[in-house]
Amino acid sequence: MSTRLSSGGRLLNKGKQISFAFNGKQFQGFEGDTLASALLANDQMLVGRSFKYHRPRGIVASGAEEPNALVGLGMGSKFEPNQRATTTELFDGLNCTSQNHWPSLEFDIGAINNKMARFLPAGFYYKTFMAPRAAWKHLFEPIVRQSAGLGAAPKDRDADRYEHYYAFFDVVVIGGGVAGLQSALAAAKAGAKVLLMEQTAHWGGRAPVDGGSIDGAPVDDFIAAALAELKGMENVTLRTRMMGSGVYDHGYMLGYERLTDHTPDMAGPRHRLWRIRAKQIVTATGAIERPLSFAGNDIPGVMLAGALRDYVVNYGVSAGDRVVVVTNNDDAYRTALALKEHGLEVPVLLDARPEGAGALADEARAAGIRVENGKAIAKVQGGKRVTGVAICNQSGEGAVLEEIAADAVAMSGGWSPVVHLWSHCGGKLTWDDAQAHFRPDNSRPPLGADGQGFVKVAGAANGEFGLNAIMADATAVGIAAAEAAGITAATKLAAPAAESAAEANPAAVWLMPQGAGPALRMKAFLDYQNDVKVSDVMLAAQEGYESVEHTKRYTTLGMATDQGKLSNINGLATLAHSLNVDIPQVGTTTFRPPYTPISLGAIAGEARDEIFQPLRRTPIHDWHEEQGAFFEPVGHWRRPYCFPRKGETHAQAVSREINQTREALGLLDASTLGKIIVKGPDAGKFLDMLYTNMMSTLKPGKCRYGLMCNENGFLVDDGVVARIDEDTFLCHTTTGGADRIHGHMEDWLQCEWWDWKVYTANVTEEYAQIAVVGPKAREVLEKLGGMDVSKEGLKFMEWADGELAGIPVRAYRISFSGELSYEIAVPASLGRALWDKLLEAGAEFNVMPYGTEALHVMRAEKGFIMIGDETDGTVIPQDLNMQWAISKKKEDFLGKRAQMRTHMADPNRWKLVGLETLDGSVLPDGAYVPAGGTNANGQRNTQGRVTSTYHSPTLGKGIAMALVHNGPDRMGEVLEIPGTDGKTYKARICDPVFYDKDGEKQNV
Amino acid sequence: MSEALLQSALNGAHSDGFVRVEELGVQGMITLRGDFASAGFAAAVEKVTGLALPAQRKISIGENATVAWMSPDELLVLVDYASVDATVAALTEGLAGEHALVANVSDARAFFRLSGDDGAVRDVMAKVAPVDFSPEAFGPGDIRRTRLAQVAGAFWSPEPGVMQVICFRSVAQYAFDLLRISSETGGEVGHLG
Repeated sequence: MSTRLSSGGRLLNKGKQISFAFNGKQFQGFEGDTLASALLANDQMLVGRSFKYHRPRGIVASGAEEPNALVGLGMGSKFEPNQRATTTELFDGLNCTSQNHWPSLEFDIGAINNKMARFLPAGFYYKTFMAPRAAWKHLFEPIVRQSAGLGAAPKDRDADRYEHYYAFFDVVVIGGGVAGLQSALAAAKAGAKVLLMEQTAHWGGRAPVDGGSIDGAPVDDFIAAALAELKGMENVTLRTRMMGSGVYDHGYMLGYERLTDHTPDMAGPRHRLWRIRAKQIVTATGAIERPLSFAGNDIPGVMLAGALRDYVVNYGVSAGDRVVVVTNNDDAYRTALALKEHGLEVPVLLDARPEGAGALADEARAAGIRVENGKAIAKVQGGKRVTGVAICNQSGEGAVLEEIAADAVAMSGGWSPVVHLWSHCGGKLTWDDAQAHFRPDNSRPPLGADGQGFVKVAGAANGEFGLNAIMADATAVGIAAAEAAGITAATKLAAPAAESAAEANPAAVWLMPQGAGPALRMKAFLDYQNDVKVSDVMLAAQEGYESVEHTKRYTTLGMATDQGKLSNINGLATLAHSLNVDIPQVGTTTFRPPYTPISLGAIAGEARDEIFQPLRRTPIHDWHEEQGAFFEPVGHWRRPYCFPRKGETHAQAVSREINQTREALGLLDASTLGKIIVKGPDAGKFLDMLYTNMMSTLKPGKCRYGLMCNENGFLVDDGVVARIDEDTFLCHTTTGGADRIHGHMEDWLQCEWWDWKVYTANVTEEYAQIAVVGPKAREVLEKLGGMDVSKEGLKFMEWADGELAGIPVRAYRISFSGELSYEIAVPASLGRALWDKLLEAGAEFNVMPYGTEALHVMRAEKGFIMIGDETDGTVIPQDLNMQWAISKKKEDFLGKRAQMRTHMADPNRWKLVGLETLDGSVLPDGAYVPAGGTNANGQRNTQGRVTSTYHSPTLGKGIAMALVHNGPDRMGEVLEIPGTDGKTYKARICDPVFYDKDGEKQNV
Repeated sequence: MSEALLQSALNGAHSDGFVRVEELGVQGMITLRGDFASAGFAAAVEKVTGLALPAQRKISIGENATVAWMSPDELLVLVDYASVDATVAALTEGLAGEHALVANVSDARAFFRLSGDDGAVRDVMAKVAPVDFSPEAFGPGDIRRTRLAQVAGAFWSPEPGVMQVICFRSVAQYAFDLLRISSETGGEVGHLG
């Protein structure tokens, strides 16, 4: 059984006990524990069930590579699934549950899959769920959904907040082990601005556990001294609990800082995503130990040798009293020695190499450990925990020589450099045959914009494993990184002399024993999290999967949340072996960010709740809110759709607003309309190109409506242009078009007509704009007083500067409703003041503010088009019978040539007409007008579609606009238009101008 | 009479986290576009503001006016709100012979001030704008026209411990909330401070 030792525990504060719960059971741990070490200390060997076979699984590793110990952490709004126990720092009150079990962890029904394992081979899903087709939806999918997936999705809103942080450095060092510390020191001493980040809460990495000496002193002394020195340097930033998540083009990288995961009640953001620009990145990310592939290598109690050592030294926790060590390399001997040192039994150390280890073997033997060379594990005995191992020869097929009782197994298949961050942006790897691992190929780094490498690797991540070699490498890389960042050191830091035990080369052991038959291979796991075994990869190879990328997807090897940190190398070596090719020929799968999963909250950053998205407000917005306006989104604006009164439906409110506007007086907040100043000697010429009609002939003081097309001839915007003076125009755009049309103008000015003398300025937000509409519009303005707004003083389609009630304004006499109408532009800071004055002065006329729906209905009654309703990016002005707005005199304008092309000039294009329903009902929005017959796809042919449709309170019936084939020639014809409600509507084609065709109402 | 009716975007809203954020009320701002290489343009700007043209990404702060570089052919001139019309008129007159555009944009903007410990102010800004806020990269006399999270913005530091921030008026509430939340106690970064 696993338990807490009286010795060891360098990271613990044994003075502070902490309570936590696992599956509802209360446990005790110490401050400094990880959840994994605390679970082991409480003999909780079984921590989860595997994904596919629901096999019992225990903790395998001690760090970010852990595949098994995933828990659902926290409750309610603090719940998060798939949290690795090995990287979760223990805190008081921690509450977690294991995953993928039903009904309980100890007794799991899904484990039946384990008995069926031979019916669930590689590619099972692809092979099984092909036919019959209907079975997928009704039979397979529900079962797969029930059994698949590890953690449960959170149900509550996340209680925490998150943020981003932009930072810039000369050199960023990822990994705070001895290599990272030394590289950071070397770069910082050269004068570089350095960030050193470490994903755990502790500096120094593995070295304090692995031992050795630097400058004749224990590594702990070096770590303390290096830290002290770095902390004292102005140009150095140190961050713990911050993972190098991804490396991207141009020296961009992400650092994932976990601020309150270890103290969830602390104020402040939970995670901070550092968005970093680095001139140079040094990855000092260390190495990950590989498992060995033997039967039963997934039984709880079988752990990585390095992890077992970590738990003893760092947390004072043993995985078992009797630990069998099995290895293909020297490092695992350190585990055997550490166990021995802490009073635990190592009944045997099995070294798969016939020649055994170097100096460490002598040490082990001297410590009284039985070392067996050329031996292997035939199988591990036990179910929910290890009970013993059967020993065999590595060279054979697994004939059992001896059985030994044990409660844990420490395995080591060698160490793989963590090359992920090096590889994210294209760093290449090379196969090191002697060390049996992929290491970075320093001659092929990720390249920056200048064609030079911007990532360097230091220490074990670089494939350097002796402490002396690590320190030398880290020093050189740190100096080189500073130099590559443009900083040359006055004095270069010298590498300290370091010593560690000399090691013999590991042997390439991809299967144990090497001749293991099918029965053993079926229990030898490669990928713990996705339940991929040696037999699965072999089967894939047999079935013709040669590419490692295809094999990955076929077998799901390396596709789980751990992204194959333990399994990839073993898996591709197995594939290479099965294909009878060299490992480099098979290659690796692609390393993609993030290194380990990061929270979605961190990615979203601060964008939640009130700052999820910017909401644009006009200067009159607060008034609308106070009135309880019903808003609709228009771009990022919220515009009042209508102002419902107590007991009123929205439809009733819209009718009331329209009736009152047509009868007396309405007000519209039109502030969102785009307003762009176009100025310069060539401004007229420029606008003649931008609009389809002539703008250069407009006289100062006058307004003209214009259409804007893109170079493909399609309508993109419309609005009223006012000429301010000889050189200056003010162009009104649609609300949604303000930024787009400003960009469109600048695009043409900067890229095509760069020699034209025109400047533009987007002054949309400088002005609040209020439409004062209705027969009483003039009266109310005259009541405010200050300028001449009489019929003669300010004619239709004229503008004038002046004052109203002492407020400086510009009044445009334009109408989008068909009524007598003035649009009053006023500096935004005075917008609300003018609005209030208009309401006050308009009270005697029962003034009513109206919303966008009333605006739409009134313009439709007048047959005015709306960009986005009558147009959809495929409509040209001719479709809308707007030839009158297309100049025939102009030599050119944007869209002119396109509109002459055959398809655009085709008389069969659908054209705008009005529709009135025979029974007064309202046509469904967007409805199609069917024609006889069907098209090539068997769909009904169509002859038109409804573009706008409303109930007109003015006319008391449903009115609509539509684009209809030969529409204008078919006046009076009745069309049948099916709705989505099963009804078929009948509507008569008519003139789209339903109201006051002669414009008598607006010309008063 | 209209002065009494003036309403800035947020009526002086403020918050106190580990950095103080306040909306500063109405501020005179003028967009000025023209040819920087033209002697007449530079002369007109200097005559009206008393300041030479700022270099790229620089801001010149004078007694009665501030001139900021916005783009290779655009400046932002800041003056008292009350003297905007006069300044616009003076610039327009001074640039009579030039191809230039002068536009009053005072009301199109919201204006904020962040104050506190210099490093803390910089840390708050570094949460919302993709800019190197280290003192050696961004000091007095520098201006950046970039974004504040999801909206356009510009900012400069007139003195240590102070950052002036402008954005469009319609998104003033968003910008304020963004800066308020980013400066909430508990969110200290301790990197630049």
